[in-house]
Amino acid sequence: MRKLLSAMTALAGGLMLSTQALAQEIRNPAAEWEELWDEVIIDITVIGVIMAVAAIWMLIKFRATGPDQVGTAKKLTAAQSISYVLIPASIFMADDFYLAANGWTVWNAYRRVPENAMEIKVTAYQWYFEFEYPDGTIADGSDFSAIKVPVGQPTVFRMTSEDVIHSFGLPYYRVKEDIMPGRITYVWINPIEAQTEAVLQCAEFCGEYHSQMANPIHVVPQAEFDTWLAEKAAEG
Amino acid sequence: MNTPTTTAGHKATPAWKEWILTTDHKRIGILYLFGSMAAFGVAGLMALIIRLEQTQLGMQFVSSGTQYNNILYFHGAVMILAFLIPGLTGFAANYFLPLMIGARDVAFPRINAFSVWLFYFAIILALLGFVVPDAPDIMWTGYPPYSITTSANTSMYVFTVHLLGFSSILGAVNFLVTVIYMRAPGMGWNQLNVFVWTTVAAFVLQLIFIPVLAAAVTLLLFDKYLGTSFYDPSAGGDVLLYQNLFWFYSHPAVYVIFLPAVGILFEIIATMSKNRVFNYKAAVYVGIWGTVGIAGIVWVHHLYISGMPDWIRLGHMVTTLLISVPVGILTLSLWGTLYKGAITYNTAMMYAASCLYLLLLGGLTGIPLAIPSMTLHLSETSYVHAHFHFIMALFSAFALFGGIYYWFPKMTGRYADGPVATVSFWLNFIGVNVTFWPLFIIGKEGMPRRYWDYAMFKDVRVMGYSFEDFHLLSTIGAFTIAVGMLLQTYNFIQSAFAGKPAPTNPWKSKSLEWTHTVSPPGPGNFGDTDVVVDEDWTPYEYNKG
Repeated sequence: MRKLLSAMTALAGGLMLSTQALAQEIRNPAAEWEELWDEVIIDITVIGVIMAVAAIWMLIKFRATGPDQVGTAKKLTAAQSISYVLIPASIFMADDFYLAANGWTVWNAYRRVPENAMEIKVTAYQWYFEFEYPDGTIADGSDFSAIKVPVGQPTVFRMTSEDVIHSFGLPYYRVKEDIMPGRITYVWINPIEAQTEAVLQCAEFCGEYHSQMANPIHVVPQAEFDTWLAEKAAEG
Repeated sequence: MNTPTTTAGHKATPAWKEWILTTDHKRIGILYLFGSMAAFGVAGLMALIIRLEQTQLGMQFVSSGTQYNNILYFHGAVMILAFLIPGLTGFAANYFLPLMIGARDVAFPRINAFSVWLFYFAIILALLGFVVPDAPDIMWTGYPPYSITTSANTSMYVFTVHLLGFSSILGAVNFLVTVIYMRAPGMGWNQLNVFVWTTVAAFVLQLIFIPVLAAAVTLLLFDKYLGTSFYDPSAGGDVLLYQNLFWFYSHPAVYVIFLPAVGILFEIIATMSKNRVFNYKAAVYVGIWGTVGIAGIVWVHHLYISGMPDWIRLGHMVTTLLISVPVGILTLSLWGTLYKGAITYNTAMMYAASCLYLLLLGGLTGIPLAIPSMTLHLSETSYVHAHFHFIMALFSAFALFGGIYYWFPKMTGRYADGPVATVSFWLNFIGVNVTFWPLFIIGKEGMPRRYWDYAMFKDVRVMGYSFEDFHLLSTIGAFTIAVGMLLQTYNFIQSAFAGKPAPTNPWKSKSLEWTHTVSPPGPGNFGDTDVVVDEDWTPYEYNKG
């Protein structure tokens, strides 16, 4: 009895802890994207292989042996006809809703910005980006130089355009959202590790230099970020 | 008096005039075929330039980013609007739909002639657009504000769309009336060829959705040249209105292309397997009409990264995934038609078999793109580019080529099969795989669409290879297709004049265009006796068991 009680207490405690953890957890959309990708690829590979094997088997097995031979498939009865719709449709829909549910979960990771996120305002022009940090410092991206973000600091980009439609495409963090005149859109990233590989690129066709519109986004230690920001502020 | 005369004593009309002024649905079909194949040739050349330019970092083959954009615009707009749609709903529907339903012509032959004229005017206008100094550079989608603020000639695009839209609406009305009122006596709805059903569905979609596109591009014209502000947020307009209107038409337009291609596939596979279409009613009423029903409620999946409200992005995720139900039922019917068949192989059947593969590959790679969270990364990458080429461009083009081989004996009285046909088929099939598989791979790593340069990826390696290596492979594939297409074009022309003569019904089909007409059919199609079909006749009744 005592054992059962203690087990129940532990369970209840665990549940409470995990709820608290959920509330505070800062998710990592890019990692969740990769997991979902693997899952979807397995899903479509299984369907594809089954269907391909069936087709190849039939294309070989049912070759005509004589010039006057005809197919011998029987006419379906009404019950068979309906079953051949309802059963596959149920399977397809089950898979659809399963994928939709998982896709929705990841979607929430992308759209719910953590409360402690640093906000950078992005303005897009033909053909460069401009970044405004919370302290008002402006980093002009028109020289295509690296833009810096402190490591471990969730960062949200609030974006608008001054001319045509652009798009904030950041393949390293598996995220993208259009930047439009007259509207404000956002993306956020969770830069858990320092890196100097990510490149922000324009991903919506915007004219002659569309393919040149890019800035590296470096995730650096806080001290290095502070120095860089101070330099940018001094440049004014 | 050496002037050739007809039996009635009138001057005979010269051949060229007979073709231009023709109101015969078969000749009009052939005119559509020539026009759309010419468009395919020119837009295919553009594709080669695009591939060459992307092969290496930096700029090698075009003189400016704007020129690259002109070429990209032309490739997309012409392939979709002047090759795929007219090739399938213009050529194939015009030539074969009346024959399949036992009609002597379409309901309004002169309007039909006017449709093909409009189509030629549109092609000429599109070509002119390429030689004017301010050639359009707005992609086939023409999104504002870029299409309004650009110095290039947006009006060329708008008027091309108007002409083609007008042509398609007239065609749609014409063919719907033809199918409703001019079927052979005795022919019930469940006795129609699947191709007839798919064409009817495509024309219903055209009739419903083209006016929306016409309105969208007309407002573009007003915004650019008359100073209105429908799409300008600084004056109270909406920047996303155009994208919503455009894709409200242009997603159904995918089915305008896809469905007739599926229809051709059913004709080839049922005939070559000598088998009844598996679960015909399900294919027609769930597959084809289910696709039509769902066509108008999925367009937001083209706007997943356009900042639409979250609830509508998630709603359209569900509707988009549900496309798998009607398309899955169509797929099952295609597969089932092979089951217990008696399959004979020829060029048409090889194209049809390769279409089954393209359908699987192109269809299944669309599933990640139906999920908004996946699309946040995949959108606007070469993954999307490869996906829609496989499902829309390649699947439909291969079905069309298969259809040309299948109906070649009907149109010319000669076979187009032979060693050249086989070699060109394999070049095309290998070529499309070599071209587009690499784009899936680098697309997943972030390679954007519509880039002539990709310097930001110069140090990135995928499986040990650089993006340039993948682009090189893709370019090699594109040139393989080019060789295959040239061979195939030569083969079509050569076979039309000197191919092996074919009997009237070389594939032993049960469909009316083979059983009741000579090859090629003369004026009025069916000689002196009208076609009447029995109650239990179907175009697929090979085995009465």
